[in-house]
Amino acid sequence: MRYLLTEEQKMIVDICRQIVSERIVPVRAELDESGTFPREIIDEVGKSDLFRIFIPEEYEGMGTGIFEVCLATEELSRGDLSVATSYAASGLGIIPILIAGSEEQKKKFLPGLASGSKLAAFGLTESEAGSDAGSIRTTAKKDGDHYILNGTKQWITNGGEADIYTIFTMTDPRKGIRGASAIIVEKGTPGFEFGKKENKLGIRASATRELIFTDCKVPKENLLGSEGMGFIIAMKTFDQSRPAVGAQAVGVAQGALEEALNYSKIRKQFGTPIASFQAIQHMLADMETNLEAARALVYHAAKVIDSGEKNVTRLASMAKLFASDMAMKVTIDAVQILGGYGFMKEYPVEKMMRDAKITQIYEGTNQIMRNIIALDMIKRGVLQET
Amino acid sequence: MYRQVIQIKIAVCMKQVPGTMEIKIDPETNTLIREGIENIINPFDSYAIEEAVRIKERLADEEVEVIAITMGPPQSADILRESISVGADSAILLSDRAFAGADTWATSTTIAKAINKLEDCRLIILGKQTVDGDTGQVGPELAQRLNIPFIGYVSSILEINRSKMKIKRLMEDRYETFEINLPAAISVVKDINIPRVPSLRGKMKAKTIEIPVWDAKKLEADENEVGLAGSYTRVVKIFTPQIKHDTRMIEGTADEQVEELHKILKELNLVSGS
Ligand SMILES: Cc1cc2nc3c(=O)[nH]c(=O)nc-3n(C[C@H](O)[C@H](O)[C@H](O)COP(=O)(O)OP(=O)(O)OC[C@H]3O[C@@H](n4cnc5c(N)ncnc54)[C@H](O)[C@@H]3O)c2cc1C
Repeated sequence: MRYLLTEEQKMIVDICRQIVSERIVPVRAELDESGTFPREIIDEVGKSDLFRIFIPEEYEGMGTGIFEVCLATEELSRGDLSVATSYAASGLGIIPILIAGSEEQKKKFLPGLASGSKLAAFGLTESEAGSDAGSIRTTAKKDGDHYILNGTKQWITNGGEADIYTIFTMTDPRKGIRGASAIIVEKGTPGFEFGKKENKLGIRASATRELIFTDCKVPKENLLGSEGMGFIIAMKTFDQSRPAVGAQAVGVAQGALEEALNYSKIRKQFGTPIASFQAIQHMLADMETNLEAARALVYHAAKVIDSGEKNVTRLASMAKLFASDMAMKVTIDAVQILGGYGFMKEYPVEKMMRDAKITQIYEGTNQIMRNIIALDMIKRGVLQET
Repeated sequence: MYRQVIQIKIAVCMKQVPGTMEIKIDPETNTLIREGIENIINPFDSYAIEEAVRIKERLADEEVEVIAITMGPPQSADILRESISVGADSAILLSDRAFAGADTWATSTTIAKAINKLEDCRLIILGKQTVDGDTGQVGPELAQRLNIPFIGYVSSILEINRSKMKIKRLMEDRYETFEINLPAAISVVKDINIPRVPSLRGKMKAKTIEIPVWDAKKLEADENEVGLAGSYTRVVKIFTPQIKHDTRMIEGTADEQVEELHKILKELNLVSGS
């Protein structure tokens, strides 16, 4: 093992590999084609305790860290990015509760999420608020013991499938970003409905939907942290979740590279396997080198976060940026190596290429990642070993 | 002090088998060559363990304990650990040099002694057969020894409580539904479920759990009733058969069918008499 994994970490990898080979690979093309949410697979992921690795032991979790989350996410992504996204998006909904939840909130919501019997989602984006997350318009107005939510969230992963939603709202719109608050909304709350399910380029089996709030009454106990902390909670969440997007990218690239390498040894043209052509060999070498570099950066970022280091925004963003750009390039090259066959749905690489694209977009586009990295550099200098 | 009482104890009998279909036979000794072959849970037994764990999940408000049992050499503990990783509560390894060379008769004797020691086992689940021995005899023999009913080829457990269960079983041309009293033993077929992937907690538990080894002394077994000494059959030769299906359905009333079958068997020189 190149990364000297512990016994427990190896177990996580083994479990994910078994789920991928037995449950995911046989059905992934079909799920992609029909855009069906992989409920049975997610149930299996839950039964295998993989959601527990997001959560501390006190709340029925395994007490593991972001590194373990990245290992699991990478392995699942190697099989199918829709499954991995659904898995990771539940984590994205869980992290704000871990960061800002009270003891009561943690006790109430985390055990069900740990067992996988419930899924979570993270609702920030709106039609007019993408990269500019500070301009969200969904409001939460205090009314006695409740908040009344109004507004529409867009493109929320696990929308409709999840039971617990961490929603970013404006409790005080006049204050701008400082007036944003995070509130937990449970599925089934009156006034909370789901809009249309998106028809997408990639990760087609994952559920991406609108969340519509119309005078939706949420108990005030569901507020995470205090009013005005919403934006900070969102940013702190991304600090922890972005390496896992990097891990998604590493996983999908790994899957594509394996397909490309195998194919290059079997496909014969001009009387010889295409793997004997230097042009193909060099592509394979670059793919592998970039993949390994991305993996090292993702694991490093995860381990730094797990060490308790405070300033992790830059590293987390770099892991997401580098790995997702790598994955796009590697999956495109995998299609190239398979030639016309790569373009056909009979082979999995065209799907991997379509899926990989999302890693450059969600949880902050790669342009935004570069902005964050550069701003942090200007503020704190170039990274160095202290 | 309040003590939780186990309402339903389920024993799952399993066997470690070579993890390959290309089994090589030593022509000298007529035994399987096991070197260099990875051992696995007999595939049918993984449905048995899964079904036991599902019963446990289904009867969540009753205490169910799932105990995996195997008779075999010390390394058979591997499959017991695997069964812990998919939800068994505990496991027992029946292992002793004296158990070696057992046929189905001696095997069922040994397992029956272990099950009697467990006390109040309500249900025993086995795979329908092993992929190496292929006899399917241990289940019925075990039930016989324990003096409890046996139903083979179960494809679905429709209802179950401490005293009774309703099951469906798969026959060659039909399904049958039975209601039987517990304790009982059943063997299960592949249709019954899809075995789960191990869980992380299960794997952690499997790594550290203490697996008791019960030997002949612990089972109070006489040396002559177990292992080769207690076996009525001996493997003389194993060979790869020419697979030839030649089925003939005999029709008519029961008497006519018996008559006809007798005639056929006589023609084949398999029975004598008139
Ligand atoms: C499949 C899918 C799932 C998603 N899941 C979730 C989810 O679960 N929860 C959630 O809250 N959101 C989710 N999103 C939303 C996602 O996070 C946003 O799409 C993303 O943040 C970008 O916002 P936008 O699409 O509005 O693009 P825009 O912000 O409109 O950006 C358009 C382009 O302009 C660039 N750009 C914008 N601002 C700048 C700038 N300042 N400098 C340089 N370039 C800039 C962008 O990089 C991009 O190239 C999901 C999106 C998709 C497609």
